[in-house]
Amino acid sequence: MKLTRKDFLRVLAGSAVAVGAGTLVHAVGSANDKESAGSTVGKKRWGMAVDLRKCREEKGCDLCSRACHRTHNVPQIPDRAHEVKWLWNERHDKVFPFQQNDYTRQALGETVPILCNHCTNPACVRVCPTQATWKRTDGVVMMDYHRCIGCRYCMAACPYGSRSFNYVDPRPYLGTPNPDFPTRTTGVVEKCNFCEERLADGKQPACVEACPRNAMVFGDLNDGNSPIRQLLSGRYAVQRQPELGCGPSIFYLV
Amino acid sequence: MIMLDKAFTGSGRYWGWIAFLLVLIAVGFACYLRQLEYGLGITGLSRDVSWGIYIAQFTFFVGVAASAVMVVLPYYLHNVQQFARITILGELLAVAAVTMCMLFIFVDMGQPARVLNVLLYPTPHSMMFWDMVSLSGYLVLNLVIAYVMLAAEQKGVPAPHWIKPVIILSIPWAVSIHTVTAFLYNGLPGRPLWFTAILAPRFLASAFASGPALLILLCLALRRLTTFDAGHEAIRRLGVIVAYAMTVNVFFLFLELFTALYSGMPDHAEPFAYLFFGIDGKNGLVPVMWLSVVLALAALLALLVPRFRRNERVLALASLAVFVSLWLEKGMGLIVAGFVPSPLRTVTSYAPTAPEWGIVGGVWAVGALMLTLFYKITVSVREAD
Repeated sequence: MKLTRKDFLRVLAGSAVAVGAGTLVHAVGSANDKESAGSTVGKKRWGMAVDLRKCREEKGCDLCSRACHRTHNVPQIPDRAHEVKWLWNERHDKVFPFQQNDYTRQALGETVPILCNHCTNPACVRVCPTQATWKRTDGVVMMDYHRCIGCRYCMAACPYGSRSFNYVDPRPYLGTPNPDFPTRTTGVVEKCNFCEERLADGKQPACVEACPRNAMVFGDLNDGNSPIRQLLSGRYAVQRQPELGCGPSIFYLV
Repeated sequence: MIMLDKAFTGSGRYWGWIAFLLVLIAVGFACYLRQLEYGLGITGLSRDVSWGIYIAQFTFFVGVAASAVMVVLPYYLHNVQQFARITILGELLAVAAVTMCMLFIFVDMGQPARVLNVLLYPTPHSMMFWDMVSLSGYLVLNLVIAYVMLAAEQKGVPAPHWIKPVIILSIPWAVSIHTVTAFLYNGLPGRPLWFTAILAPRFLASAFASGPALLILLCLALRRLTTFDAGHEAIRRLGVIVAYAMTVNVFFLFLELFTALYSGMPDHAEPFAYLFFGIDGKNGLVPVMWLSVVLALAALLALLVPRFRRNERVLALASLAVFVSLWLEKGMGLIVAGFVPSPLRTVTSYAPTAPEWGIVGGVWAVGALMLTLFYKITVSVREAD
């Protein structure tokens, strides 16, 4: 067969397009589950279990929320529209919609502490156009306040209402700022970071440490011997709307 | 670019209109500077309703932009000669509308100075990346097509051959911009109102109704204000297109309502209940939606009866009704109600604030100014022949 220079170049160009298209399709498809697809051996997946029985016994307690917001310089903005929240108490029927009946109030307590679920398949990461929010290999869903363009697509995507946007300058609403954690500017999205800055120092998250009843247990979900796994194997636990396929890493013991 | 000079000669009325638009742009710009300084807290947006009229108007004008295909396709694929004189009007309308879309996205950003991060960190798994690709591609396509065609017309020579495939490419590209825009919304797990496979077809149907309706109004205005006449036959055919597209659009909305309300699934029914009746006394969108319904039904009646539709005065009113109806439904209701109730089952009201309206008005004025200049040049080129 005689292959002219023109034909050769044509085949070459065609192959390049095919390879490029394949790469692209792969990139689109495998948005953010690169690590969840493979083996979990030797990989951490940070998660948390919240014992709602203990929360119920300490009705009205919000020490976890206060510790979180103090640690991370979360502003206390009185206008509900512009609120910034990382970890807070919410009525149980709003946290577990359509799972309630006349008797769940007794089962779940009046309020439930909620935070970012650090999903295994996070919708926010999938939609972010700048990768300003991304998932680490240990499961923590991170936020880069300096890359975020403030489009709020992640807020539309998150089915848990875990994200807040800085509609106004947050700094006037800080009490005494914690000098060890950055403050934020107007125009960026923020949320719970699972205390990644404390994890790096080998510490437990601030909320876990602040709880006087040890209602929150934090640990590696991939380690069968971890306290969190033992707790989850012993008691019935639910996630928020698991049917959405996001794979929350926060479990509620009921 | 030689043709630009034609935009600088005109009557007193022409300059008065330009001055009016420049005032609106100045007001919008002043409001935007205020928003830049204070933050998006200046708008009616909230933690629960985090997208509002900016994004809703963006969505609506993607439809207006895509609708250029409704004159380009019949002319180039089906040789509908009546559209020969107005295809360029459609393409120029697309250029103005896409520019408005980009401005609406821009004014919605919390950190607009970082807009180039979208190019610096291209992210194929984000639909917003693809929306940017498809919209900017569509803008370039229509600019090139309109310029080349008009330049050829001015010189009295046939258009170069290479432009034909570019025009053909613009047809599926128009469909792509509105499909990708629908994908922005209907791929999200926690927003049941948008989670419907019919969203892209619905967007296209409403686009192909609202865009040609606007084109009818523009053609009638051009006839009254200038020497340019699109011709009765072209306007009549546009009326038929609007009639079909609006019928399909209302049918699609009916399908949505049936699925959500007959199944009775609270997740899917609640946003519609909020739109049409309000929840917990929060009913800010109720008058907006009912006005949209009344206008849509009135327009359908006028469009579907041939005797009414052939009367150009009735057709003008029907086109206006279609445009306003869809502007309310898609340019406001559909986007805002996607956030109601919120994932934490809270009903939060949203209404644009005065500065928000100022910015929206400024973006409209930019679109109207572009369209005025484009059409002025086009009409002047044709008058010179």
